[in-house]
Amino acid sequence: MPSFAAIIRRDLRLAFRQGGDGAMAVMFFVLAALLFPFGIGPEPEILARVASGIVWVTALLAALLALDRMFLTDWEDGTLELIRLSPLRLELAVLAKCLSHWLVTGLPVLAATPVVALMLRLDPASLPMLMAGLLIGTPVLSLFGSIGAALTLGARRGGVLVSLLVLPLEIPALIFGVGAADAALDASAGSFDLQILGALLAFALPLCPLAAAAALRQALE
Amino acid sequence: MHRFANPARFMRVSTIVLPWVAIVTALVMVAGLVLGFRAPPDYQQGDTVKIMFIHVPAAWMSLFCYSSLAISSAIALIWRHPLAEIAAQQSAPLGAGFTAVCLITGSLWGAPMWGTWWVWDARLTSELVLFFLYLGYIALANAFDDPNRGVRAASVLALVGWINVPIIKFSVDWWNTIHQPASVIRMDGPKIASSILIPLLIMAIAFTLLFVVQLVVLMRAALIERKIRALRQLAAESASTEYGLAGTEASA
Repeated sequence: MPSFAAIIRRDLRLAFRQGGDGAMAVMFFVLAALLFPFGIGPEPEILARVASGIVWVTALLAALLALDRMFLTDWEDGTLELIRLSPLRLELAVLAKCLSHWLVTGLPVLAATPVVALMLRLDPASLPMLMAGLLIGTPVLSLFGSIGAALTLGARRGGVLVSLLVLPLEIPALIFGVGAADAALDASAGSFDLQILGALLAFALPLCPLAAAAALRQALE
Repeated sequence: MHRFANPARFMRVSTIVLPWVAIVTALVMVAGLVLGFRAPPDYQQGDTVKIMFIHVPAAWMSLFCYSSLAISSAIALIWRHPLAEIAAQQSAPLGAGFTAVCLITGSLWGAPMWGTWWVWDARLTSELVLFFLYLGYIALANAFDDPNRGVRAASVLALVGWINVPIIKFSVDWWNTIHQPASVIRMDGPKIASSILIPLLIMAIAFTLLFVVQLVVLMRAALIERKIRALRQLAAESASTEYGLAGTEASA
């Protein structure tokens, strides 16, 4: 799969040379999460109660932020047309795009999570489950995001539209991601939530590239 | 089915059938409303229980419309029937309307019963998410300069949403059992009495018929609109060629 790796290599190179998409996503994530103490007050009990929710919601928004660049620049300069003409199946190309989107947004967010969780006074006992949930859940966000990004190619107000399309679909990942972190607190097994997240990933992994590739073919017609 | 997929035949058949279906719909709706209004008040909820005769059928229709939307979208994507595209596109505002009615009546019902306009009850929450799925579909279908591209993109979204509706429903139910709100009165008391069940079923039939009538009216309007657009384009093209010819003659 040399072309699969080539797409990822190219996307990463572009992301790091053009002012760093990854740095932008993680900066947004940290800043947005740290707005909450200003909004709801610095009491440690309240912050600890809502910390996992804040981390998940801001991670979701950070993943959303970089979506409009997933296909848009490639579509505008004709790269997408070339990718389609290449022997690599379009579904696999979408998968490569999702992977590079995750490497640029999901992974930096995951790396920044311990610091943000610490500042939001999250109970250290639930940090491993929060991290595990994000590790399984953020690829789901990238996969569902690819459908929204592909569908809105050429649309007016594409950026706002993507959030309207993608956010309702990502609610299950949010629920079970936060559920896993919260379940760790009262010593009940959060592994159930992690299993459901895993099931979501297993479900999104083949189906989302299929839908996104169908949408890309429409955009390229 | 393919026989009825011809737009011209659809227009012909619907012209004949539509008035009769509309009359039947009005009769069933009036019967359901009268029976519902005369149903005995609930021993616990009083007369507010009558909101149910609008609320519950609207909730059923909100799901029914989404299925109609998704099935029409699948047909539009697979066989590229123009009529299925129009049916999908016109189902969406109707479904959003039924969902809005369901949410508003539910809120009105909740105010006297639960003492609050909104609770994060599992059913309310999934209905709210469904409402946003409809809004997303409508926004995407109207977001392109080329209307055909919009409908086709929205069809993909409708199918993705359809697969996701059960997952969202399950996750919201699960989320709700963890954060059980205290104020919700459980509905599983005595079974529903026939004095309530019969008007409810009649109203469900009336709402389904209402959907069909509105859908056919909207589809006819959309077909006529397409025709007008095509004619206008034709007129504009012929006018511009005449003008262009006149221009070249003048310059020559």
